[in-house]
Amino acid sequence: MEEKIRVLVAKLGLDAHDRGAKVIARAYRDAGFEVIYTGLFQRPEAVAEAAVQEDVDVVAVSSLAGAHLTLIPELIQQLRDRGVDDVLILAGGVIPEEDVPALLAHGVARVFGPGSDLDEIIAFTRENVRRRAWS
Amino acid sequence: MEAKERKERFAGVSDREVKRFYRPEDIAGLDYDRDLGDPGTYPFTRGVYPTMYRGRLWTMRQFAGYGTAEETNARFKYLLEQGQTGLSVAFDMPTLLGYDSDHPFADGEVGKLGVAVDTLRDFEILFDGIPLDRVSTSMTINPPASIMLAMYLAVAEQQGVPWDRVSGTIQNDILKDYIAQKTYIYPPEPSIRLIVDTIEFCTRYVPKWNTISISGYHIREAGATAAQELAFTLANGMYYVEACLARGLDIDAFAPRLSFFFDVHNDFFEEIAKFRAARRIWARKMREKYGAKNPRSWMLRTHAQTAGVSLTAQQPQNNIVRVAIQALAAVLGGTQSLHTNSYDEALALPTEESVRIALRTQQIIAEETGVANVIDPLAGSYYVESLTNQLEEEAERYFKKIEAIGGVVRGIETGFFQREIAESAYRFQRRLKTGDYCVVGVNKYVDPEEKVRPRILRVDPEVQRRQVERLREVRQRRDPARAARALEQLRKASGSNENLMPYILEAVKAYCSEGEICGVWRELWGEWREEAVY
Repeated sequence: MEEKIRVLVAKLGLDAHDRGAKVIARAYRDAGFEVIYTGLFQRPEAVAEAAVQEDVDVVAVSSLAGAHLTLIPELIQQLRDRGVDDVLILAGGVIPEEDVPALLAHGVARVFGPGSDLDEIIAFTRENVRRRAWS
Repeated sequence: MEAKERKERFAGVSDREVKRFYRPEDIAGLDYDRDLGDPGTYPFTRGVYPTMYRGRLWTMRQFAGYGTAEETNARFKYLLEQGQTGLSVAFDMPTLLGYDSDHPFADGEVGKLGVAVDTLRDFEILFDGIPLDRVSTSMTINPPASIMLAMYLAVAEQQGVPWDRVSGTIQNDILKDYIAQKTYIYPPEPSIRLIVDTIEFCTRYVPKWNTISISGYHIREAGATAAQELAFTLANGMYYVEACLARGLDIDAFAPRLSFFFDVHNDFFEEIAKFRAARRIWARKMREKYGAKNPRSWMLRTHAQTAGVSLTAQQPQNNIVRVAIQALAAVLGGTQSLHTNSYDEALALPTEESVRIALRTQQIIAEETGVANVIDPLAGSYYVESLTNQLEEEAERYFKKIEAIGGVVRGIETGFFQREIAESAYRFQRRLKTGDYCVVGVNKYVDPEEKVRPRILRVDPEVQRRQVERLREVRQRRDPARAARALEQLRKASGSNENLMPYILEAVKAYCSEGEICGVWRELWGEWREEAVY
């Protein structure tokens, strides 16, 4: 039987805007993914720890309050510190174009801006998840 | 022969199906005196005041604040010079969540989404040169609302302005935070107690202060439909009324200072009907359910803000048009004050230019269109009256459901509201996807050449450094014994049934920081953690 892809949807820092995070969590779930949502106000280390504990394939970070350049690289570092380097990392929300290259350089696979298509996010996730079980 | 129409089904942003046209039968039971009444008379469907905008235009109140108190003070003075008539303070996230600027959680957030406030010193700078007896100030803050109110009153004292001449609003509505906005700190019970404390205190000493702004805005922005916004907001309102009654307060003493805050979204007539229905429902509840006798207790006075969530990052100038239409709906709906969003808000914090256009939009509606010359011009419209009735019925159905599940707080604890809203948000997203709902520039009339470029107002890191330094200075200069004593007395009182406002005032005047005061309560009451539902 095909194993479900496991996605951790994460909110970092003091950013309380969770509408998008919940919509994407629901979209993943409806598309047959196994979804874990961290809830609000998480520190990067807590999200990294959850990613390890839950053995996820994807970490999707939603950021709408402008802290993406500090918190997302910190999260990636925390994942590396735990020996995790094969999860697909996605970012979404209000992230300026000029910050995208820096995020990609840190290891984010793609940044989805406002008005992104849910199906496209899901398709991208399926295609780029690194585990072989479903490839 | 049946004429063919463009679509199978016609529905607006809330997905309520709309008929081809409406007829007298659609409002057959409508009784003018019982259901509408003249403006200024029960049940206030047509407006709370007999003269409405012919007497005084709505207050044009633009939300502003970023960086340090100095920068926000300068923005306030600019807005006042431009003809704005009320101030509205946006706080940064650490302030909203009760953390000082030097707390590790505040790193990178200081002054970002609003002004950073740690101590009374910041408020002294924020309102420097602004006479508090001549402007009214709205403060959008919830768990620490009592602390901000205390700081404002302390500044008024320093300016020699007596408290009974101070006017403004604190949002102070925690229920919608658990439901949608999510800037909560403590669990419901002590949070509600703080709110009732402020209401009790202001009723006695600050009679012109709006003690709470019961808010549908955030519920709507989180994805609720118009009917859900209406129902959940008024249900919250009734919860606060009951909490005050349980404290032993006289309904006619506190109810006139309760105020509301609604969103104005894209579905023009539905929004107008929502404001009308809100006034009628509230008047009926206050008079019939709670036995209020003072007509002022029956009046639902409200602030409105255009829908941030309707703004598109794509072709951002189109947002000027959206905002204008939404603002017109708020005015036709009879709002008491209005914030119009800036067209660039889906991309960034607004610039001075975009804020000016937003304010000018209101001024054009007020001065050029003639709509402010006549009150409630849509009354009697088969469609608008029918929508007003439908919204009232939908709200009543929700009230029954909320009662059946054990009330508002139980509904929050079990995720009822959160689930209802998440469901609507998801359904809406799906309608966008299928094209059932059109957003110009997003899923139709897309500009293939366009590259969306969100900008972020980069708050200079210097802001955080200066703010932390100021906090340190205040801590060094204050009388340490007085500050320690004030916090200790607050702690003691917090464990009793006493009204906490006098203790908060003393702590603020002793230059205790917001984080220190909230820290006392975090220790005593713990923090609220929600079970996320989606």
